[in-house]
This record gives sequence, structure tokens and C-alpha cells, in this order.
Amino acid sequence: MSIDTIDSSRTQRTLTGTAQLLLALHLDGPLFIALCMVGAVGSIVLFSASGSSLDMLEAQLMRFALGLIAMIMLAQVPPRIIRNAAPVAWVLGLLLLLAVMFQGDIAMGAQRWLDLGFVRFQPSEIMKLAVPLACAWFLHERPLPPSFTSLLVLALGIGIPTLIIAEQPDLGTSLLVAAGGGMVVLLAGLQFKYILSVVGLLVPVAIGSWHFLLHDYQKQRVLTFLDPQSDPLGSGYHIIQSQIAIGSGGVFGKGYLNGSQAQLEFLPERSTDFIFAVVGEEWGLIGLVTIILLFMFVIGRALYLAATAHDTFSRLASGSLALTFCVYVFVNTGMVTGLLPVVGVPLPFVSYGGTAMVTLMAGFGILMSLCAKRKLVSR
Amino acid sequence: MARAVRIKDHHAESQLFEQRAIIAAVLMVIAMGLVISRLVWLQVVKYDYFADLSQGNRIRIEPIPPNRGLILDRNGVPLATNAPSYQLELTKEQVQDIDATLNGIAEVGLIDKDNIPTIKRDLRGRRSFDAVPIKLQLTEVEVARFAARRHQFPGVEIRPRLTRYYPLAESSVHAIGYVGAISEDDKKRLNIDEYAGTTLTGKNGVEYAYEAQLHGKAGMQQLLVNAQGRSVERIGNEAAKLERKEPVSGNDLFLTIDMRTQQAAEEALRGQRASAVAIDPNNGDVLAFVSTPAFDPNLFARGLTRPEYLALTENPDRPMFDRVIRGVYPPGSTVKPMMALAALDKGVVTPENTVYCRGAYRMPGVSRPWRDWKPGGHGPVDMRKAIATSCDVYFYGIANEMGVDHIHDYLSQFGMGTLTGIDIPGEKIGLLPSTEWKKKAFRRKEAQMWFPGDTISIGIGQGYMNATPLQLAHATATIASRGHRFKPRLVRAIRNVTTGEVSELKPAELPSPHVQDPRAWDIAIGGMYDVANAPYGTARGATANALYKIAGKSGTAQVFTVAANEKMRKAGDLAEHLRDHALFVAFAPVEAPRIAVAIVVENAPGGGSAFAAPIARRILDTYLLTPEQLAEQEAKKKPAPAAAPPPRRGEE
Repeated sequence: MSIDTIDSSRTQRTLTGTAQLLLALHLDGPLFIALCMVGAVGSIVLFSASGSSLDMLEAQLMRFALGLIAMIMLAQVPPRIIRNAAPVAWVLGLLLLLAVMFQGDIAMGAQRWLDLGFVRFQPSEIMKLAVPLACAWFLHERPLPPSFTSLLVLALGIGIPTLIIAEQPDLGTSLLVAAGGGMVVLLAGLQFKYILSVVGLLVPVAIGSWHFLLHDYQKQRVLTFLDPQSDPLGSGYHIIQSQIAIGSGGVFGKGYLNGSQAQLEFLPERSTDFIFAVVGEEWGLIGLVTIILLFMFVIGRALYLAATAHDTFSRLASGSLALTFCVYVFVNTGMVTGLLPVVGVPLPFVSYGGTAMVTLMAGFGILMSLCAKRKLVSR
Repeated sequence: MARAVRIKDHHAESQLFEQRAIIAAVLMVIAMGLVISRLVWLQVVKYDYFADLSQGNRIRIEPIPPNRGLILDRNGVPLATNAPSYQLELTKEQVQDIDATLNGIAEVGLIDKDNIPTIKRDLRGRRSFDAVPIKLQLTEVEVARFAARRHQFPGVEIRPRLTRYYPLAESSVHAIGYVGAISEDDKKRLNIDEYAGTTLTGKNGVEYAYEAQLHGKAGMQQLLVNAQGRSVERIGNEAAKLERKEPVSGNDLFLTIDMRTQQAAEEALRGQRASAVAIDPNNGDVLAFVSTPAFDPNLFARGLTRPEYLALTENPDRPMFDRVIRGVYPPGSTVKPMMALAALDKGVVTPENTVYCRGAYRMPGVSRPWRDWKPGGHGPVDMRKAIATSCDVYFYGIANEMGVDHIHDYLSQFGMGTLTGIDIPGEKIGLLPSTEWKKKAFRRKEAQMWFPGDTISIGIGQGYMNATPLQLAHATATIASRGHRFKPRLVRAIRNVTTGEVSELKPAELPSPHVQDPRAWDIAIGGMYDVANAPYGTARGATANALYKIAGKSGTAQVFTVAANEKMRKAGDLAEHLRDHALFVAFAPVEAPRIAVAIVVENAPGGGSAFAAPIARRILDTYLLTPEQLAEQEAKKKPAPAAAPPPRRGEE
């Protein structure tokens, strides 16, 4: 998982021209290559999961290309500008969230979209990046571990957007936004006594939100998670079918485009949130473990880059982006395999859907700017 | 500054970060390890189990819709039931070409070509293995016609299902409401998981308001299907594992409506645009709830064709319109007993104060007189006689003395100008004006001012004031029970079909109107008793020979304003839609009231006493008397020519 393994590999040496280009573009080679591999695997899986739809594949590849462009462009931005833009992005994101709250379009019963006339997008996506960046900005000049007052400010900075998004209702995104901010605080060296007391607080908060915050369908999901058979037609259906798909895949899988659960449309949302089950059915345990290892490499490499960064802001921000990505992967695979309740979190780079992929790539672009770039400039 | 200023230590921070990053990496490995071990569990350990479920025969889950709860009248007469019927269902994943199939079915004449886009939209939202109904309630001819061509349409099947059936058709449709196909809006409101296999949901009235009680819980059964998705019956080791969860039927509702009374009221109002409500003053039970003309709710359960729908919505008499809770009318003189109570509460008069009525009221400083309905006037009247004769001049006077804001505050204690809170949706609030209201209601400054003249017509229930028939019945019931107020309700009890247990709902008592002296009720009720019984009572004709004692109050609501200098015109001279509305409120028996009614007949051929009062009488008779008593009462009537009471002008 370290940089040396790849640096010394033959691939790297034969691609010196490419490597130089990557360096000139301030991109981290191993991470860039790993991301492209994830994207390629994702597209192959999506083709099967979408019932061999070329249209969907094309759309996904377009988005991946768009994400790559966003990543490369953001990697060129000097870290100082990113740092100074962080609080601005947070305020802007909050204003947009409020705008959505009052006049957003309602799609699929949830109020998440803002129509700007030429494009519709979810402001909550901005918050996935703005919250961790703003938290890192807030902490970068303060002594660490953070003082109690700083923690209170951070709690507001994370809590307000999280609650607004949870009310939209979009539990998955609000979870990721909270995780992004929370990771910054943890990485900043939050004392263990606070960690313990937050865990202690979670119990009453969970009870409170159960009664006042969660929508009925969200409660239903939690209840069904605890006992999928209680509601085999509704939300339990997803869990049961995805476990059948994964389990029947066995070690080697049924073969590409041959998953009967997925191809006969027994598996719901197979091209979006439940795409991991398609991999499991068609490629078996081997395929799934390969994908998980690929993801773990991306996360590990990103964490390593974060640890080598030279200033507090870069470390905290990129560390949080790396760990948020980990949360993505864990929550999605956990829910598809029945370890976690069903919350709407896609599998990054594999699930069909646009905004999340572009946001993720943008996040990696920022990470590369903060880490890869400094190495070059300072030496 | 007692505390030391903490200084940023970059080296220590970098170390701290590294330490945290390592912890995070370890946690990540643990989390992913958890996922992988879960995968091993699913894909290696339980492989055989899941492979069984998935390979060869697959298990499909089919929803079993629950039986919708019945709706019964207070004595158990069924008003809404479930009847077996055949419907055409299409399963998407079994149909090769949906367009061709639908067009083919349209050519056979089973569905309308114009409906195909709607059906396709509905199909899009369903899971590919759901059997989606595309035509409900097939006739026997249609069933036969499809059966003959069934081989042409794989994936389309006829299935027996239960649909909603209203055996009494139009009767009490506005109270019961109806069911119709689940719409996009319904899907947002309902938990659609519970509606798998269900096509209909409550759209209005009790069917809508008590949807959660009526619907029940969907059940499911697992079916073995082959690779094409067809269900196969197989006896094997897997068949034993097939699960079946029985649906839970919805609960039955006992309404408060008394069907005998309801139908008598419907009969009496037939042919009119009118409404009648009867309430039990002791608990708020709605005994009759009639709005005419009505419509057949069975049409909605079956699915209306476009012409049928247009015929309903474009009918000028508006059969879909629920006049009982949504019709607002000037209450006219029916508010006079409440006005009397309001005046006594404020202390502007005593019951004994006598006013000499000369047929017109003049306000100091205003030349225009307010006329009484009776040109010559009523002579000396005290409060009780003022109610009995419906003397306008008396009420003009006390309204002027009370002021509109006291009237507003007092009458709202009877539920005027507020929602009564009946347990079905859509109730209108009516209008109980006040100075505050006028300020808000008008844009122009000049119009916002409340003039003393505005108050005077409020005294006889005219002017800005209006109310729903339900509000009038509710207020009358409140007077009948001397201030005991109950939220009107249509559902009396709920029966759990599984256990057979009937749980009675408790009446909801509302705050009583304030009275200075309980004897005020005697005056108001006494006045209403005299309306129906005293020689000078306006409605004595309609209450003659009753075996029980009736108290009532008539009212006439102007639709067409008669200019002050114009002579009163006969009702017959006006175009039908400009004729006055006839109102009557009543309760009986006076000593221990069991029923209070309000009748409103739009553009009636006669006034409140002449036209609406006999309808009220018929409702009271039906509810209070047994058939034998009715016959006895009939016999008391003189066999002399049943000369209808001379057409009297109602009170203005």
C-alpha cells in the first residue's frame, strides 16, 4: 500500500512520460491510476447492472470524464486559495440549502433539488466538501487539540447543515456531511474524554431523533433492518433480495451478465445503491474482495498523502476527505450485505448517478492540490 | 487571564495527526474486515441456501391485499362493503411488447384507447413483477370476450378481486365519501408498501379520514416461479419453505348515522339543492348528513370514464359539492336565539324588556330605515316573543347595542366562524364578522372601517355573516343541551375484524358558551318552543299534532337584495337562482332533546317556515317515533283537505 511498491514497479518505469505529465499536473500517480481503475471497473459493472444499457453506460462515462476534468482543474488551484475559499463555500452552501428548503423542486417526494434554470443540482453535494474544508480552516490556526469553545463552534458548523439535509429528507447525504466534519475533529486530536461523552450523548440523541426527526419511511428502514422478514414487500424486500443475489454468487460468481437475480430484475435499485450486490452475484467473493481492496488502496493512499502534507489545514482537510470516502464505501457495502440499515448512500464510482461522482472526484482534486502539489513546490 | 495561552506546537500536532491517521487506518481495516467476513458468511457458508433460493426455481413474493373494513350505520346496516368482481391485470415482466398488448386489448373493446397513456404511466411506477390492474369491474360479457382471446395476451390475466361496493349507492355519499384509484398525490401520503396489490384508496369523507383504520395490512405469499417468471406448483423440499403471511383486514366502522332518518331526510329533500344535518345533542353524533343532489360512489370504485366525470363536475347543481360542510349560507333568523343569549350575557337587555315594533328600525342619525319582515310590525314584544315572531326590529336594536365584536366573541362559543372539528376533511369555516376581520378582508382603507349599520344586519344573520349547515346544527344542538357542546362526529365505534372487539369512541366535549344566568337558556329555548307552538309562532303549521314537543327557528337568507325603496316581491316573481334560501333549525323533544336538525334549501320555492320546517318535522318524526306512533300521529291529523299552509313570506 505504500508508494514505493508502485514507484519501483515496471509499469511506472515504462510510463515515465505519463508520470512526468502527472507530476506537472500536480496529480498523485498511484491515486490517479487507482481512481481510474475503480472508474473502469465501475463502468463494466454498471453495464451489466443496467441491463446492458448503452445509454446509461455512456452517461456514466460522461460523468466520469466530467469528474476527471473537475479533479484535474482543482488540483491546479493553490492550497492557499482553497483554504481561503473554504468558509465562503460553507456560507454559500448554507444559503443554497435554505433556498432549497423554501423553493426547491420536489423530486421523488424529497426536497433536495435547486433549479437554476440551466441546471438542477443538490446543494447538499457542495456541503459534502464545504463542511470538512470549513472545519479544517477553522482549526488550522488554533492550537490543537481543539478547545471546548472551538468544539462548540464546530458542532454548530457541522450540525446545522446536517439537520437541514436530514430534513429534506436525505439521510444518506446528511450522514456523509456529518462524517466529513466529524473526521476533521477526530483527526485534529479530539480528546478521548470528548469522544466517550459524545458516544454517551448519542443514546439520548438517537432516541430524540427517533421521535421527532426521522420520517416514517426512515424509521421503517431501521425497523426493517432489525427484522427484514417483518416487511418482505417493502423495505425488507431490498435487503432480502440483495442478500440472495450476493449469497447465490458464491466464491466465483455466476459470470458477467449472468446474474439471474439482477438480470431478471428481482434485485431492486440494482444500478444505483444496490450495485454492489450485482458484483457479488456475477463475480462472486473474488470480485467483491478485489473491489474492496481497490477501495482500501485508494483510502490508504489518500491517508498517506494527508499525513505527509505540510500544514494543518491540508492534513485535516485531506485526511477527512479520505476517511469520508471510507465511510461511503463502508456504509454502502454494509447496507447491501445487511450489516447496516438501508440509507441512501451510493457505492462511489460504481453506482449510477451524477452529482455524487463529480463531488467525489472534486474532493480528490482538492486532496491532490493540498498534498501532491506542496511536495513539488517546496522542494 | 488566569489560564495560560496555548501555543501552537506544529511538531506535536503533526505527530498527533499521524497517530490519529493510524488509528483511522486500523479502524478502516476492521470495518472492511467486517464486510468481508459478512461476505464470506453469505457467499461461502450460506451459499447453498441462497443458491437454492436463486437458482432453478426462484421465489417470488406476491402481495395479498387486505380486505377493506366495512362501513356500517349506527345500527349495523352496511353502507360500504366489498364485493367480488373481475379485473384485468397486466404483469410487465411477462409482456413482450406493452404497447402492442394494450392496443390489442383496446381493439377487443376492454379498455378505452384514450386511457392507454394513463395506464402506461401507472405501469411505469410499478415493479416489473407486480400484477397491475388495467381495468376494474369487468362485466360478465367482458370476461367472456377476454377469455376467448386470452392466448393472444400473455402476461394479462383476469383475476377475481374484492372491490368496494356501496349497496345504497347515492345515500349518504357525502358523509361516507368514496374510494378511487390511488393517484400520485395519494402515493406521497400513504405508505405505498402497505398498498402493494391494492388499487383503491379513500378519496373523501369517512373513507378518506379513516383510511388508516379501513385499509388493514397487506399480506404476502412466496411463489415458486420458473425462469420466465411463471408461477409453478412444485412439491419439493423448497415448497415447504415457502412463506405465507396472511393480510390483516381493515377495521369496520360504525357510523353515527341512523339510516332510517338519513333516508327520510334524503327523500324529503329530493329534487332540491339542499342539505340537512341532524345531531344528537347528548354526544355530537351526526344522525343524518344529507347533501342533495348526490352521486353514485360506485362509479369511482369502478373508474369513471371521461364523459361520466365531466357530467358530474359540470352539472350546474354540483352533485359532488358537499353542502353540509362546504356550503356557506347567510344563517338568517336562525341566529336569533343565539343573539338573544349574547345580549343577555352582555347585559344590554333583560328578558322582560319590551320593545314596540312598528315594522321598521331607525338608527339615530340615519334616515334609511331597516325594515321588519312583517310590514305592519309585531307590536310590543319581549325577548321570548321576539324570537317566536322572529321580530327583526327587536334584534336590530340589541345587535346595535351589543356591537359586532361582542357578537363575534359570543357566537364563536357556539362554533360559528370556527371549524366544528367534524371527523371528515374539507369543512369550511363560514364567516363570523368582526371589526378585526373587516380590516383584514378589505384592501381599501375606506372599506376597512366597520360601520354601525353593518352590525344591524348581523343581528338577523344577514350582512357579512355566513355559516355552514353543520355549524347551524351544531349551534342548535348546543342550545338544546343548554350549553353542552360536543364535536360532531360521524364514526361512533371501530370493530377489529380479527378479534371481533368493538371499541366505542368517546364523544369529545367542547367548552360551553358562557351564560351569566342559566335561566337565559329558558328564554332562548322558550322562544324556540313558541316558534313551533305559540299561536303567533312562525312555524306552528309544520309542527301541528306532534306526539312530542318541538322547538325550532326558521330563517330566510336573501340571495337577491331588495332595494330599500322597493316593494317586497313575491317569491314566485324572481328567477329561480335569485330566490331566497329557506332555513330551519329545530330540536326535540324539548324537555330532553335527542335530536337537533338544520335544514338549508337553496333558492327554495317557499320560506323557512313554509318549506324547510315540514322537512325538519319529517326528520324528527322518523327518528323519534316508532312506525306505530307515526301511524297514530297521522290519524290525529284532520282528514280535512290538506291545504298547505298559505305561502308566507319568510322573515327577511
